[in-house]
Amino acid sequence: MNNNHKHAFPRRHVLGAGLAFGGLAALGLAGCASGPAAGPSIGRVVVVGGGFGGATAARYLRLWGGNIDVTLVERNSSFVSCPISNLVLGGHQQMADITRGYDGLRAVGVKVMQGDVVAIDAAGKKVRLANGSELPYDRLVLSPGVDFMTEGIAGLDAALASGRVLHSWKAGPQTAALRAQLEALPNGGVFAMSIPKAPYRCPPGPYERACMVASYFKVHKPRSKVLVLDANPEITSKKGLFEKAFKDHYSGILEYRPNNELKEVAGTASQPVAKLEFDDVRADVLNVIPPQRGGDIARSAGLLNTNNRWVGVNWLTMEATAAPGIHVLGDATFSAPAMPKSGHMANQHAKVAAAAIIQLLQGQPVEAAPVMANTCYSFVTATDVVHVASVHQYDNIDKTLKTVPGSGGVSTVANALEGRYAMSWAANIWHDMLN
Amino acid sequence: MKIKPCMALLLLLLPAAVLAQNVAAARSLAATCANCHGTNGASRGEVPSLAGAAADATIAKMAAFKSGALPATVMHQIAKGYTEDQIKLLAGFFASQPAK
Repeated sequence: MNNNHKHAFPRRHVLGAGLAFGGLAALGLAGCASGPAAGPSIGRVVVVGGGFGGATAARYLRLWGGNIDVTLVERNSSFVSCPISNLVLGGHQQMADITRGYDGLRAVGVKVMQGDVVAIDAAGKKVRLANGSELPYDRLVLSPGVDFMTEGIAGLDAALASGRVLHSWKAGPQTAALRAQLEALPNGGVFAMSIPKAPYRCPPGPYERACMVASYFKVHKPRSKVLVLDANPEITSKKGLFEKAFKDHYSGILEYRPNNELKEVAGTASQPVAKLEFDDVRADVLNVIPPQRGGDIARSAGLLNTNNRWVGVNWLTMEATAAPGIHVLGDATFSAPAMPKSGHMANQHAKVAAAAIIQLLQGQPVEAAPVMANTCYSFVTATDVVHVASVHQYDNIDKTLKTVPGSGGVSTVANALEGRYAMSWAANIWHDMLN
Repeated sequence: MKIKPCMALLLLLLPAAVLAQNVAAARSLAATCANCHGTNGASRGEVPSLAGAAADATIAKMAAFKSGALPATVMHQIAKGYTEDQIKLLAGFFASQPAK
């Protein structure tokens, strides 16, 4: 069904609109939500990056927009989810469980191209790929994720390049490789992980990872240790719940050390050393989550205008404040107050951007008051989960999204019901973005 | 799928642009639920579907989450983030979706 009432089926569209507004169950909007529509295109949108932000944007531009030419450019041939990837490290899920293809997007009319966008010509409205080809656009969506700031940590670039020190903060081969290192670790070996100062992608993720590795050691390598070297003064998300998990489940296995910022990576290939301000930590497996900034393509396009690190955005449209016409999603954005850098949030950014792009292409005003919600589940054991949730409403005075007073919060206690809900969440969000 | 003729007439008299804005607002609001409840409220997991639920039932449930009358893992925290008007829009949208 054509969703553009200038071209087709105006009466039904208007009826559907009125009924949805009135809160009456009658004529559905499902017709507007089905696949590719006929008729002339109203614009070309190029989406760079097929993660939680970009894939969702591509999908919802087709779902809501009808006749929009949408091209998604993604480096990898399939999507590997960061959420749930810590379960792979713990041995509770396999790589195949967190990997999905892009065929669902193709089926709804998205042109999916495997490639690497290396330059943006904002004035000429086109992007250039590594293979030299160019893609013109009317509106550009960038969902570039994060890249790492290794320059302040001596030896880290070389250690990461050698593959002996892994970040595993982008899911994929790094996830599988870290799992292999953990499997090869002898019983009695030490796993050390370094957490950067906030802000970074997925605030509770490092603590979930510590729990998952400890859950593996507890059963399979009980003499091994997990050493958490946190640059922050305390646990940055779900603090009380993680502290309780560390104590209740991993006492004697997991040691948490706050204010331990990584300064240098030294040592040998078989036994890297994390050099901290007052201490050297020798590890059998060293996992470094480096400090982060918005992805390289956002930097080369001159969009990192907040602390030279993040992309400032207009929250009504998700356009970069440095370049209207370029919509930026996800972890690369300078977060609104109390808004986490999460896959869930990137999905929400994408829907605001998709709605705005459609309205802008149709010459209509954009929505005046976007809403976003977030729920992040973290596994503390193979079955038990804790959440943090928030709802963000647009504040017209400060031009940003703010959490609603009294809303949001965390789990009372870790529980298995939320463990099942977390897997349900994964199934739904992966489908929401990719099908 | 029934509609009273007088209502249809009334709706047709409203400016189309205003209605387009409202339908866009409703589907955008509903899209904030999709991550857990599925696209257009059709869940593929243990979290319940919202698609096809009667609007009154959704409104009552959200009120019960807000007041604490209905125990929840997370919805008591999420429900408090939406206004009554937004909940009406959400409920109308999900009621208009085919039940899963």
